[in-house]
Amino acid sequence: MSLAQTGKYYLPQPSLWPIIGSAALLLMAVGGVMILREIHNGGWVLLAGVAILFFMMFGWFGEVIRDSEAGRYNKQVDASFRWSMSWFIFSEVMFFAAFFGALFYTRVLSVPWLGEGDTMQQLWPGFKATWPTAGPGLAAEGYQFTPMVAWGIPAINTLLLLSSGVTVTWAHWGLKKGRRGQLIMGLAMTVTLGSVFLGLQAYEYHHAYTEMGLTLGAGVYGATFFMLTGFHGFHVLVGTTMLIVMLLRSIAGHFTAEHHFAFEAVSWYWHFVDAVWALLFILVYWLL
Amino acid sequence: MSDAAHAHPGHHTHPTGIMRWLTTTNHKDIGTMYLWFALIMLFSAGSMALLIRTELFQPGLQLVHPDFFNQLTTMHGLIMIFGAIMPAFTGFANWQVPLMLGAPDMAFPRLNNWSFWLLPAAGLMLMSSFLLPGGAAAGGWTMYPPLFIQGGISYDLTILAVHIMGLSSIMGSINIITTILNMRAPGLTLMKMPMFCWTWLITAYLLIATMPVLAGAVTMLLTDRNFGTHFFNAAGGGDPVMFQHIFWFFGHPEVYILILPAFGIVSQIIPTFSRKPLFGYASMVYATASIAILSFIVWAHHMFAVGMPVAAQLFFMFSTMLIAVPTGVKVFNWVATMWKGSLTFETPMLFAIAFVCLFTIGGFSGLVLAMAPVDIQLQDTYYVVAHFHYVLVSGALFSIFAGIYYWLPKWTGHMYDERLGKLHFWLSVIGMNIVFFPMHFLGLAGMPRRIPDYALQFTEFNQIATVGAFIFGFSQLIFLTVVLKTIRGGAKAPARVWEGAEGLEWTVPSPAPYHTFEVAPVLSK
Repeated sequence: MSLAQTGKYYLPQPSLWPIIGSAALLLMAVGGVMILREIHNGGWVLLAGVAILFFMMFGWFGEVIRDSEAGRYNKQVDASFRWSMSWFIFSEVMFFAAFFGALFYTRVLSVPWLGEGDTMQQLWPGFKATWPTAGPGLAAEGYQFTPMVAWGIPAINTLLLLSSGVTVTWAHWGLKKGRRGQLIMGLAMTVTLGSVFLGLQAYEYHHAYTEMGLTLGAGVYGATFFMLTGFHGFHVLVGTTMLIVMLLRSIAGHFTAEHHFAFEAVSWYWHFVDAVWALLFILVYWLL
Repeated sequence: MSDAAHAHPGHHTHPTGIMRWLTTTNHKDIGTMYLWFALIMLFSAGSMALLIRTELFQPGLQLVHPDFFNQLTTMHGLIMIFGAIMPAFTGFANWQVPLMLGAPDMAFPRLNNWSFWLLPAAGLMLMSSFLLPGGAAAGGWTMYPPLFIQGGISYDLTILAVHIMGLSSIMGSINIITTILNMRAPGLTLMKMPMFCWTWLITAYLLIATMPVLAGAVTMLLTDRNFGTHFFNAAGGGDPVMFQHIFWFFGHPEVYILILPAFGIVSQIIPTFSRKPLFGYASMVYATASIAILSFIVWAHHMFAVGMPVAAQLFFMFSTMLIAVPTGVKVFNWVATMWKGSLTFETPMLFAIAFVCLFTIGGFSGLVLAMAPVDIQLQDTYYVVAHFHYVLVSGALFSIFAGIYYWLPKWTGHMYDERLGKLHFWLSVIGMNIVFFPMHFLGLAGMPRRIPDYALQFTEFNQIATVGAFIFGFSQLIFLTVVLKTIRGGAKAPARVWEGAEGLEWTVPSPAPYHTFEVAPVLSK
């Protein structure tokens, strides 16, 4: 096997970014704990950590983008990126699986158990194990909330995200056919749809907290509702940010019809976020 | 295997001093850092174990406060698993996977550096929590609620440290999987790959599948502690047992994460010193994969005592016993590899043989515990402690020692001191059995784990165990001496350090140059 066939693998130079990233996460963790335990200046430590993390991401991603645009990444590196993004998305699937598992466990197993048996009758007489529930203890204290129904903002949000899956694919077709206008237009539409989704979800949360008594503390329904939709919303935020970067890079003339894995990775991620929403819509909002 | 091993001196100029280690993108540098970090953590968590054993030398309370005792058991477990064993195996992967595959480096060298440097951050958070008000987390390494929801600042710090270590593991695993799938030398097909690479491929898959689940579980702990959620509180409709389900869905694959790379190391060493190829290579691969798949459907055998339906107990009991089949295949293959081989007993081989024998004892006590009716008796006794120390100390840790002795000459260019190595081996294997074998009897007699005091009739066995613990603990100073001596000097090691060794790593000079396989090697078969 000659050099021409195997190619020369790209080896990056020593880099300061990783250690900066570690310092950022350490500061964020320590700052976060300081805030939780009400120690002075925790907020500043956390903020410093976040600022350093953003600095690291700008610097590190910038370096990768410059290397990519300079053509230093060969086919083998491209394949490595593809493998790694697939496995990263798999890890995200498993993260959400933990919370979907908690939803399944409480709805199907533990909440019904709380409504049966002599011990439960002694502890919380009169508790009806139905879903949604704030749980027997909270119900006994008179805690009330209104569950979130599917056919309102959530249904609109479903339409928004499904459409955004179409627009990002349309943008990809444009990129592959060398139509930059279509690429930029498609990305801009996707970013808009993602942002409107986030706006509507923020409104929904505000409404839940102020009008419906539906909070993180609303028993296991509130906990699973906010943790599942909250982590999903955070992923939409990250995805939208990445799409904005892709949009700016497209405007700056980055990517070619053959070489554009950054764009594809973001669109894979976006479709993953879409699929999670479809599950959320069915299991959290619809099947009450 | 290879007839061309081009080793160019580094043409990258790399910084020197501390900056070399902070900024390095070299898999050998990063592997070295992982291994040193693991060694430091091994001694830290090992000192905690010695404190625990000292307290348990006599019944009654004499040395430490009971709450501090709980902090010690909690941190000993967390640090040994996440700080010592896992980073040590990742260190091996960093050093060996590129060398074995004929790759110039890991697929993502900068990410590799980040994966490592997250660990000291997490280690710092865990160790410093001893100094905080209330001391370190004392809820057990399994972090069960409601206990883990009630503690102070260290509990939050521990949860976030677990998050950071998980992040490190996931990024490290993505790197290793990508390297194995995408950077093998041309012609090195998956089924020709050294077993060590196979076991790490499957381990990395397990890590990516389960670390996020652990992250989810501890996130729920964090929100239950601080943000008013009721995941694990029955008053809000939650269930503390749900934490155990989610935790052990991670936790059982985790125990294979801690042992599969050990299988890989031993599968490299036994053929070398038997001067025979590994018996049943393909069946080894399939057995490893079967263990990994089964590991996802056995988790509730850790929870037989929580009150599960009989059908669930039966399912988890039989699925657990099923794991003995592929594990038995492996043990059979190791023994069959040695059968009629021309065996020699250098230190790596001694540790590997001890691994096969003693890990099998740990496997058998695992089968005993897998039986639901028996486990009801043995749950939370010293029998469980004996079981998992046989698989983790004489299993995982012994394989790490074996691997260090095996590859240290390749890494440093010097032979280790065989006499000291053998002394380390014999003291370790004898000490280890003195500590942990009596624990079987203690557990069968009903001594509960994680308690600083015990009934009088348990005294003798506890005293024996404590003496063994000090023998075992202090023999590790011999190991440290051997490693330091080997780095500083010693007989010159040839490229093929061991007569019977096969594989690409033996085609590069010893010590392996800073950059290897910048051009893919040619495989001649």
